[in-house]
Amino acid sequence: MNVPWLTTLLVLPLVGALVVALLPRASTAVRPVALGFSLATLAVGIGALTQYDTGSGEQFQLTEIHSWIPQFGVSYALGVDGISLTMILLGLILVPVCMLAAWNDVPAADDRRQHTYFALMLTLLASMVGVFAAIDVFLFYVFFEAMLIPVFFLIGMFGGARRWKAATTFLLYSLVGGLVMLVAVIGIYLAGPRGTDGFLVENLTGLDLSIATGRWLFMGFFIAFAIKAPMWPVHTWLPLAAEQARPTTSVLLIGVLDKVGTYGMIRFCLALFPEASQWATPVILGLALVSMIVGALLAIGQTDMLRLISYTSVSHFGFIVMGIFAFTTVGGVGATLYMVNHGFTTAGLFLVAGMLIARHGSRDIRDYGGWQRVTPVIAGVLLFSAMSGLALPGLNSFVSEFMVVIGVFQRYQLFAVVAAVGVVLAALYMLLMYQRIATGPRPVMADVPDMTGREKLAVAPVLAAFLLLGFFPKPVLDVLEPAVQQSLQHVGATDPAPAVDTATAEGSGR
Amino acid sequence: MTDQFVAPAIDYVGLLPLIIVFVGALAGVLVEGFAGRRTRYAVQLPLSLATLVLAFVALVVLGPDNQGLTAASTLALDGPALVLQGLILLLALLGLLVMSERLGGTQPDAFTQSGAASPGSAEEDFAVRHGATTTEVFPLALLSVGGMMLFVSANDLLLLFIALEVLSLPLYVLTGLARRRRLLSQEASLKYFLLGSFSSAFFLFGATMLYGYAGSMRFGDIAAAIGSSSGMDGLLVPGILLLAVGLLFKVGAVPFHMWTPDVYQGAPTPVTGFMAAITKVAAFGAMLRVLYVAVEGARLEWQPVIAGVAALTMVVGAVLSIVQTDVKRILAYSSIAHAGFVLVGLIAMDQAGISSTMFYLAAYGFMTIPAFAIVFLVRSSGSEATQVGQWAGLGRRSPWVAAAFSFLMLAFAGIPLTSGFTGKFAVFSAAISQGWAWLAVIGVLASAVTAYIYFRLVVVMWLGDDARTGDTAVVSPSVLTTFAIVAGVVVTLGLGVMPSPLLDLAQSTAAFLR
Repeated sequence: MNVPWLTTLLVLPLVGALVVALLPRASTAVRPVALGFSLATLAVGIGALTQYDTGSGEQFQLTEIHSWIPQFGVSYALGVDGISLTMILLGLILVPVCMLAAWNDVPAADDRRQHTYFALMLTLLASMVGVFAAIDVFLFYVFFEAMLIPVFFLIGMFGGARRWKAATTFLLYSLVGGLVMLVAVIGIYLAGPRGTDGFLVENLTGLDLSIATGRWLFMGFFIAFAIKAPMWPVHTWLPLAAEQARPTTSVLLIGVLDKVGTYGMIRFCLALFPEASQWATPVILGLALVSMIVGALLAIGQTDMLRLISYTSVSHFGFIVMGIFAFTTVGGVGATLYMVNHGFTTAGLFLVAGMLIARHGSRDIRDYGGWQRVTPVIAGVLLFSAMSGLALPGLNSFVSEFMVVIGVFQRYQLFAVVAAVGVVLAALYMLLMYQRIATGPRPVMADVPDMTGREKLAVAPVLAAFLLLGFFPKPVLDVLEPAVQQSLQHVGATDPAPAVDTATAEGSGR
Repeated sequence: MTDQFVAPAIDYVGLLPLIIVFVGALAGVLVEGFAGRRTRYAVQLPLSLATLVLAFVALVVLGPDNQGLTAASTLALDGPALVLQGLILLLALLGLLVMSERLGGTQPDAFTQSGAASPGSAEEDFAVRHGATTTEVFPLALLSVGGMMLFVSANDLLLLFIALEVLSLPLYVLTGLARRRRLLSQEASLKYFLLGSFSSAFFLFGATMLYGYAGSMRFGDIAAAIGSSSGMDGLLVPGILLLAVGLLFKVGAVPFHMWTPDVYQGAPTPVTGFMAAITKVAAFGAMLRVLYVAVEGARLEWQPVIAGVAALTMVVGAVLSIVQTDVKRILAYSSIAHAGFVLVGLIAMDQAGISSTMFYLAAYGFMTIPAFAIVFLVRSSGSEATQVGQWAGLGRRSPWVAAAFSFLMLAFAGIPLTSGFTGKFAVFSAAISQGWAWLAVIGVLASAVTAYIYFRLVVVMWLGDDARTGDTAVVSPSVLTTFAIVAGVVVTLGLGVMPSPLLDLAQSTAAFLR
C-alpha cells in the first residue's frame, strides 16, 4: 500500500483548476465541477487520515521524498505530523463550504469570471496543502510564496471598490516577509550539512548553530510568520484585505492560510532555532499580548462588519502565539487546537456576514438592527458563531482558550492574568456585534429571504464542528499532542511542575 | 622580448562559430547592396537565421573538443565562454525572430524606412511612398552578435576593447531606427553613442594603466604581475576601477545607468529586447573573465567598490522603476535592478559565483525578449501603446497575451516556480555563502520593491477599467514572433520547475582557463 496521498492531495485541486479554467465559455458546469473536485480532494484527505498512525514514533508520516534540485540541495519532500494533517483537513473542509457559500458571488456571464473565481479557489487549495505538507524548507518557501498569487487575484479581481489597494497591500506585506525569510532559508542551508538533500527539515533540526547566527536566522523566519499570522504591529494589511475581499475569500485567507504563520513558528522557529526561540520569548509574548488586547479593543470600536471580524482574528492570533511560546504541552496543544477552532469560528462569522451583506448591501453595522425578527435563522447562526468566538463552554473555542491560559499560567502567571482580560474583551465585542445587528425593533425594509437551503448546507459543517470540537475534542487532541511534544523536545523545554491535569487523557508533565 | 616574429597559432575550428556569424553578417551586407528592394527581406531573414543556427550547431558540435587558449592567448575558449556564446546565439535567434515582425504588412513595422533622413523630410516621405523597408537591421544585429561572442571569450585587454566596439557600434545605429517618434529614437541613439564613447575612453584609459602596471595586455600576465611586486603598484587599482567603469556602463549599473531608460525607450522595441537581454549577457561575461582571471588577486581592493555598486544599482533601479508610467521605461529600470542582482552573484568570487551569474543571465535573457516582444504587439492606432494606462483591461480583450505577460512579470518579480526565482536564489546563496549576507538582504528588499511595479502592471491588465484605453489592442503576431514569445515563456517556466539540467551545465563549465 504505497499511495502517494499527499501528492494526490496537491495535484487533484490543480487538475480541477485546469479543468474549470478550460470549460467552455457558456458552460453551466463550472460550479458543480469545482465543488466536485474539492469534495474529491476532501475524500482523499480522509483517506490519508485513515492511514495516519497517531501512536507512531515517527516525526513525519505519509512521507514522499524525491530529489528535485540536487544542485541546491532541494528535495520534493512531503510529509505530515499531527499539526500539519489537522491544518490540511481544516482547509479541505472549509474549501467546499466556501464554494457553496460563494455559489452566487460571481454571476455566470460570458466573460469567464466565474471560471476564474472557482479555478483560483482550487489553486488556493493546492497551495494550502503544499505549504502544510512540505518538509523541505525550500519547498515550504516555494508554496509560501506561491499561495500569494491566487489570493492576490481573488482579492484583486473579485473584491470591493478598493480591492486593488487591498490586494497589493496584502501581497507586498507577505512578499517582504517572505523575501526576508528567503535570506534565512539560504542561511540555514549553509549552516547545515549542505549536500544534495540539505534542505530537509530533519537534516536541519538540532544543528549546532552559533548563538548569533541562530538568532539572526530565527528573526528572518519569525518576521515572515509574524506578518502572516498578523501580529501587532504588522497586522495592518489584514483589516484592509478582509474589508475588500469576498467573505469566503477571507475565510480561506484568515481561517487557513494565515495559520501558516503560527504553524511556521512551531515547525521552523521552534524546531530549528531552539536557543533563539527561548531568547526571543519575552518579546514575542509581549507582542502577542499587545496583539490580543489591541485587536480586541479595535474590534469593539469597528462599525464595519468585516473589519470587526478581522480584528477579532488579530486578537485570537495573539492567543495562539502566546500558547506556542509558553513552551508547555498544555499551551502548545491548546494553541494548535485553537488554530483549528479559530478556522471554524472565523468561517462561521464571515459566512454569516456575507449572507447579511448579500441581503442588505451594506457592511456597516449601524445600518442593521432587529434582524432576528427578519431572518431568525441567520441571526441564530450569527449568535452561535459569536458564542464560539467568545469561547462559551461547550463550544469549540472554550477548550483551546482554556488550555492556552492554563499553559501560559504554568510558566508566566502575570501574562496569563492579562490574557484573561482578553477573554473578557472577546465577550464584549462579540455580544456587542450581535446586539447591534440582530436585536432591537423590527427594521423597516422589504422582506428579505431567510437562509436558503444552499446556505444552510454551507454552514452546517461549521456548526457541527463547533459542537463536536466543543464536547469531544479528544480525537483531535490525540493527533496534535505527539507533534507538540516533539516540538517541545526540540526546544528542550520541560513542563514546569506542578503539572496541571489537562483535558487530554494522557495528561502532561512527563 | 624576442626579436623573432612568430605567427600565432589560431584554432580556426574552435573559432568556427564566430567566423560563421561574421561571414553571415558580411554576406548580409552584400545582400543589402545587390538584392532588390522587394526581395531583400525574403533573403535577409533566412540568411541571418540560418547563420545563427549554423553557428550554434558548430558551437555545440565542435566547441567542447576545442577548448583552450588560442591566438597567442588573446582568446580563451573555455567553459564559461562556450556557455555564454551559446546563450548569446540562442537569445539572438529569438531576438531576430521578434525583429522580423512585419505585423502582416497592414501596420507599420518597427523600423523606419529611411534611417538617414531627418524626421519629416521629403526624403523620408519618398521612402515611405515607395514602401521601403529597413532590412539592414539583420546584418547589423549579426555583427553585434559576433562582437558579443568575441567579448565573452577575449582574454586580452586590447581584444576586449575591439570586441566592445564591434558589439556597440551596430547597436548605436539600431537604436536610431525606430519608426515612430523618430526624434526620440535619434536622440536615444546619439545619447547612447556619446555616453558609450565616454565609457570606451574610460575603458581604454584603464587598460593602458593596467598595461603600464603589468607590461602586458594578457589577463594571465596581469594576474601574474599582481602576484609579484613591481614598481608600478599605484597604477593597479585605478586601472581596475576605470576598466570596470567601461564594463559597468555596458550592463547599466548605477551610477553609469543614465542612458538606459532613454535608450530603451527610444530604440525600436524589438531592438530594446535584443539589447536588454543579450548585451547584458556579453558584458557580464566579459566582466566575469576580467574580475576572475585578470585581477582576482587584487580583489580586496575592488570587491567593496563592486559591492557598493551592486547595492546602489539594486536600490536605484528598484526605487526609480516605481515612478515610471511608460512600460518600456519600467522594464529599463527593472533591467538596472536586475543588473544589480547579477552583480551580487558575481561578487562571490568562487565557482558558485560564476555558475549562478551565468544561470541568472540565461533566465533574465529568456524572459526579457518575450516581454519586449509583447510590448511591441500592444498597439493603439498604428503605434505602440507604451503608457501603463493604455494597458488597462488588456486581460479581458487578449487573455492569452496578457496571461503570458503576467507570467513574465511574476518571473521578473522572482516568484517561485519561475526562472527568476531560481536565478535569484542562485545568486543570493552564492553571495551569502561568501559572507555577503548584507548584500542579499538589500537584494531581497529591492526585489520586494520591484515586485510592486510588476504586480501593478498585472493589476492594470486584469483589473483596470477600459475607460482610458482608447483602441489599444494586441496585434496578431506572425508565427515567428509567436514562437519567440512561447519559447521564452516555456524556458522561463522550465527553468523554474526543472532547473537542474541548466544548473548542471553552469556548474560543470564554471571554470576559466588562465
